[in-house]
Amino acid sequence: MHILGISAFYHDSAAALVVDGQVMAAAQEERFSRKKHDAGFPEHALTWTLEHAGLCLADVDYVVFYEKPFIKFERLLETYLHFAPRGFRSFRAAIPLWLRDKLFQKQQLQTRLREIDAGFDPGKLLFSEHHRSHAASAFFVSPFQNAAVLTLDGVGEWATTTLGVGRGADLELTHEIHFPHSLGLLYSAFTYYAGFKVNSGEYKLMGLAPCGEPKYVQRIYDHLIDLKPDGSFRLNLDYFEYCTGLQMVGARFERLFGGPARKPEEPLRARDADIAASIQQVIDEAVLRLAAQAHALTGLDQLCLAGGVALNCVANGRLAARGPFESLWIQPAAGDAGGALGAALTASYAHGLARNVDASRDGMAGALLGPEFSQQEIEARLDALGARYSRLDETDLLSACARRLDAGDALGFFQGRMEFGPRALGARSILCDARRPDAKDVLNEKIKLRESFRPFAPAVLAERASEWFDLDQSSPYMLLVAGVAAARRGSIPAVTHVDGSARVQTVGAEGEPRFRGLLRAFETLTGCPVLVNTSFNVRGEPIVCTPEDAFRCFMGTELDCLAIGRCLLLKSEQRVAADADYGARFKPD
Amino acid sequence: MLEFIKDFWGFLRERKKFWLLPMLIIFGLLAVLTFLAETSAAGPFIYTIF
Repeated sequence: MHILGISAFYHDSAAALVVDGQVMAAAQEERFSRKKHDAGFPEHALTWTLEHAGLCLADVDYVVFYEKPFIKFERLLETYLHFAPRGFRSFRAAIPLWLRDKLFQKQQLQTRLREIDAGFDPGKLLFSEHHRSHAASAFFVSPFQNAAVLTLDGVGEWATTTLGVGRGADLELTHEIHFPHSLGLLYSAFTYYAGFKVNSGEYKLMGLAPCGEPKYVQRIYDHLIDLKPDGSFRLNLDYFEYCTGLQMVGARFERLFGGPARKPEEPLRARDADIAASIQQVIDEAVLRLAAQAHALTGLDQLCLAGGVALNCVANGRLAARGPFESLWIQPAAGDAGGALGAALTASYAHGLARNVDASRDGMAGALLGPEFSQQEIEARLDALGARYSRLDETDLLSACARRLDAGDALGFFQGRMEFGPRALGARSILCDARRPDAKDVLNEKIKLRESFRPFAPAVLAERASEWFDLDQSSPYMLLVAGVAAARRGSIPAVTHVDGSARVQTVGAEGEPRFRGLLRAFETLTGCPVLVNTSFNVRGEPIVCTPEDAFRCFMGTELDCLAIGRCLLLKSEQRVAADADYGARFKPD
Repeated sequence: MLEFIKDFWGFLRERKKFWLLPMLIIFGLLAVLTFLAETSAAGPFIYTIF
């Protein structure tokens, strides 16, 4: 059975193709359209997934949208009614948009699908529910036969948090917490207050947290959230504006924390870091309590996590280290893009498919589910761009890259299938020597063009991870924060955050093969199996998808060299003019 | 449009949210009036009603 999942019309549109329960292909639209967090119909991603599988739309049994727009509209109306007459400005902005556009998502989907295939049968279009899609995206591809399932995000239709259980091919969501009470929106409110963009800057707040002291934790508990021992919670809506206004928080919230929200791009203050540390501690505690409740209710020792809050690696790391579960599996595309995958998986198993679980590996293929380019294609494309490169055999390429990294170069690394989800895992990455004390500043200021406080993550050979980090489980998707082992703390400064932690990616057999080869070559050369791994893009730019994207980013930044397939490009050898304005073309995220 | 109305009716029935219907009808009328206001001389009509 061929099932296509779609997420669209909010943020991070994506398409995913599932064939007989196996994930064949998945990609975010932003990678093709080059618009960060693209919310449009995922035309390019969808077309590519079909092409990749050699299918046309007529071969697909069902197309499944990841949520139910009418129920979202119901939530919107009931919220406005509940708060009326407050909220008129928001009402005036939202309702015309819904009446004109968003209420007709089914018709829009049908129209766009008919543009791809004029004979598309509208009866093939199904709708999942937002949190069911998240839950399915985590459980059905996990290596667990049975597991507790927890989804946490801003809001879907009504649910903001769900708890359930998956057994074989059955997935049941048994408990829900509804809007407006939401851990995701609580965290987004603080993201807004710290001057970062909602739905995009949350990971910056997480990165800022270790720079501060959690001075405001009690104030948050006293005024903003009533967190119960079972992990359920209620927010004090007197402090939040998202139900009625066009911003997350208002004057009362600002008074509580002693001043106005930081404006975007203003210098960060000590208070911002303290607030980030405080809300992080509250989120950690809420996630721990919810997980404990999931454990108590299901009696299972495995937990699957999804939803935007599941991208909070600090909370995940704490859960992995201190939580009640023996095993934890987190969907790498835990945000809305992953909803496309969950929608397709939901429909697959709703149609009676049996589920075959391999306990030794998950069904995400290392999240390497996107487009790839053959060596021949890469060379043809580089030739067309006027790029100068050397074609090497694999061993020579990896040795040359390792030597360049050891010499202090920043390397663009473009190999195999593109990652699905927000993290670069070695297929579309920028790499650097983690031992280099100035690597963080060089990468932040000269290459990524982003805020100086932001940390970088390490990739480490899976079999060496426990020697370098306080981590006793694999973290192939860079979703767990762990301490750098005390004995190694001074040796990899580029990836050691101010509190001695790191967002670790363990690279094992399921990882990108050439990336694993490079880590090995680097270890052979230097004795260090760790590299800085950051996404191949500049601030505000989607991660590169094609060799052309990679070459443009290479020529627009201070990257020293670039390995695409078996081609090695050195900046010093290029004759194409460098693009000095490259970074300025992207709106800061 | 007919399919949309059918779907929406199905949604109201399944969710037992018929009480939303009056509000939706008013929204629909408002939308039509706003549309007319933008494209014809029906502007004053809006003010006599509201």
